[in-house]
Amino acid sequence: MQVPAPFDYERATSVDHAVRLLDRLGSTARIVAGGHSLLPMMKLRLVHCEYLIDINDLHRELGYVRVEPTRIRIGAMTRHRELLESADLLRALPIFHDAERVIADPLVRNRGTIGGSLCQADPSEDLSAVCTSLDASCVIRGLGGERVVTMAEFYRGPYETAVGPAEMLTEIRIPLRPHGSSAFEKVGRRAGDWAVVSCGAAIWLDGEVIADARVGLAAVGPNTTGIPAVSRALRGRPPSADLYAEAGAIAAEHCTPVTDQRGSVEYKRHLAAELTGRALRRAVARIGRRS
Amino acid sequence: MQVTMTVNGTEVTREIEGRLLLVHFLRDHLGLTGTHWGCDTSNCGACAVWLDGEPVKSCTVLAAMAGGHDVRTVEGLERFGELDPLQRGFMECHGLQCGFCTPGMLMTARALLDQNPDPSEPEIRDAISGQICRCTGYASIVRSIQWAAAEEAGTRTSIVVDDLS
Repeated sequence: MQVPAPFDYERATSVDHAVRLLDRLGSTARIVAGGHSLLPMMKLRLVHCEYLIDINDLHRELGYVRVEPTRIRIGAMTRHRELLESADLLRALPIFHDAERVIADPLVRNRGTIGGSLCQADPSEDLSAVCTSLDASCVIRGLGGERVVTMAEFYRGPYETAVGPAEMLTEIRIPLRPHGSSAFEKVGRRAGDWAVVSCGAAIWLDGEVIADARVGLAAVGPNTTGIPAVSRALRGRPPSADLYAEAGAIAAEHCTPVTDQRGSVEYKRHLAAELTGRALRRAVARIGRRS
Repeated sequence: MQVTMTVNGTEVTREIEGRLLLVHFLRDHLGLTGTHWGCDTSNCGACAVWLDGEPVKSCTVLAAMAGGHDVRTVEGLERFGELDPLQRGFMECHGLQCGFCTPGMLMTARALLDQNPDPSEPEIRDAISGQICRCTGYASIVRSIQWAAAEEAGTRTSIVVDDLS
């Protein structure tokens, strides 16, 4: 039987309350949102905490997708299912719908949250690549107030983020830029599994050429949620099959997969290249459809 | 710590440890052993119950987290001694063999039909994709859910069973 080691359970009733609890209880306190990453790790004794602060009551405060003229704001407690079912996200940022369809399974998606996924910072987790591709920023609340960091600053490496011991992630902000779209591609071994490799891409056109493009990979190493070299190669050039292949080759070079039960290094590099090309192609096709 | 929640319409209060999982609370503290305890790792879905009307994997929810909320288990499916149409569908269409996955399948399927009374086969397969059955190959489970959907819509014309001859 797998159960977590003993801890004291606390329930936060507001963001301020959660932050005060974190401050009072110290570094052995952890926040639990959906719990579908943290509780399995606690069962395996990979994570130990003396206090667990349940923030599910904050869904009322932090469960939202708000569309503004130049950005979309997503509350950290928004559950995967809500992201999947959001018509606003499907319209403006279809990468979310692509990704959420294949994140875990419907029951897990009923509980898991975007904030929990990002804070877990699992290198195989899909939403970090999604948010990095979209040039998202993260709002972090502490006792002293709020600060906003880019995804590059937020994601510090596997299981490590910019969120401090007495802070919590409250919101993800995604800029809306014209003439762009996005897509997500994932290869898994079976329904609900972690990715063998997954890839998110966002691309913006200026007439016939690429104004900007961003690609992020999951499950192929510690620092692949954004690959700036791909962006540099794509900017200023017209989209084409050859260019997608070139971008894929760069993505494959810049990842560091390991051989495991999900596949060999060679297979994962092949997927990194192939999925990068597919995601870019699909994102560009979507721009065409909307204009 | 003390936890109070509503389980199948009845409010229950128990003294528990913070680390107690909802599946063990239901089975060991309330004696509701219809909810099965399978993989422990939120993969198999045998432990699926409803939390505030949505199916969740109760091995990955703390009992404390369910405090103040509404839980429904497979024991809560029947109404006034009548089996739920899904339970009848599983009987009619051979939706189970060993029965281990059945309570979770039933709870997920009930949530699906409540939201989408006429699901397509891909929609059914997607809805149960978080659950593992090692007996049926899923085909008869899908048929069982289709049977229940047709029964509830009043469009069922004959019992849909494989030719077993």
